[in-house]
Amino acid sequence: MQATFYIASAVAVLATIMVITRYNMIHALLYLVISFLAVAIVFFILGAPFVAALEVIVYAGAIVVLIIFAIMMLNLKEEAVEQERIWFSGNTWIGPGVLSVILLGELIYILVSSASPEVSSRVIDARDVGLSLYGPYIIGVELCGLLLMSGIVGAYHLGRQKKKVVHRFLEQTDEWKQ
Amino acid sequence: METVAVEYGLILAGTLFALGLISVLVRRNIIFMLISVEIMLNAAGLAFIVAGARWGQADGQVMFIFIITMAAAEVSVGLALILQIYHQLKTLDSDAADKMKG
Repeated sequence: MQATFYIASAVAVLATIMVITRYNMIHALLYLVISFLAVAIVFFILGAPFVAALEVIVYAGAIVVLIIFAIMMLNLKEEAVEQERIWFSGNTWIGPGVLSVILLGELIYILVSSASPEVSSRVIDARDVGLSLYGPYIIGVELCGLLLMSGIVGAYHLGRQKKKVVHRFLEQTDEWKQ
Repeated sequence: METVAVEYGLILAGTLFALGLISVLVRRNIIFMLISVEIMLNAAGLAFIVAGARWGQADGQVMFIFIITMAAAEVSVGLALILQIYHQLKTLDSDAADKMKG
């Protein structure tokens, strides 16, 4: 069980590194699916099968497909990959990368130097999650419903295309026809 | 059944979060920044799951469900904003959107 955890962790980290170094957006998204599937395996090993299924369905299914459809609507050409290569080249990544790695090293040092309790081997299935979700966390569920509603309204309002008027005479002829 | 130690799960979450942070700081393409934010949200959810598994309670998974809901709403609104920016500015450069001209 420990070996599967380490292999899935290595796959997740490697796939995420591939995501953040690709020039082509579709390739990055395909590696992102691999990363999400590896994290789902980690969830399953940690005793959370319901959340593992949710990770595959919502993250690897819905969100990645939504981003892929948005990229298809943008209708990008080959120049986009070249532009991304130009933007990504150079030494711009050294400063943020080094500072983030320093912070990550500190975090790992703090985690390793403290006491290390074991993860409990009890599997928390969907029944426990549902009882907790609709018991003490019912206000959070209602707030999530409100958030999704505002998300739908916001996405519709922002994504609506304005009606284009080619010329004012053309608009007038349309009015005369009516 | 032998189990894993808590710190390895937290180290994995921290590593994924740092990778997403580096990407969101380095990239100029606005879609790549959105993808990096998704990676960071996923890493935060992983930390919640590890903590919930350490105490044997369902609270961590409840928090992950809230995070996944927030990520779905965020990505839908973010993609609508990206489509509008691309139609108006004809580029995906995040530096081109710094002029608020209404």
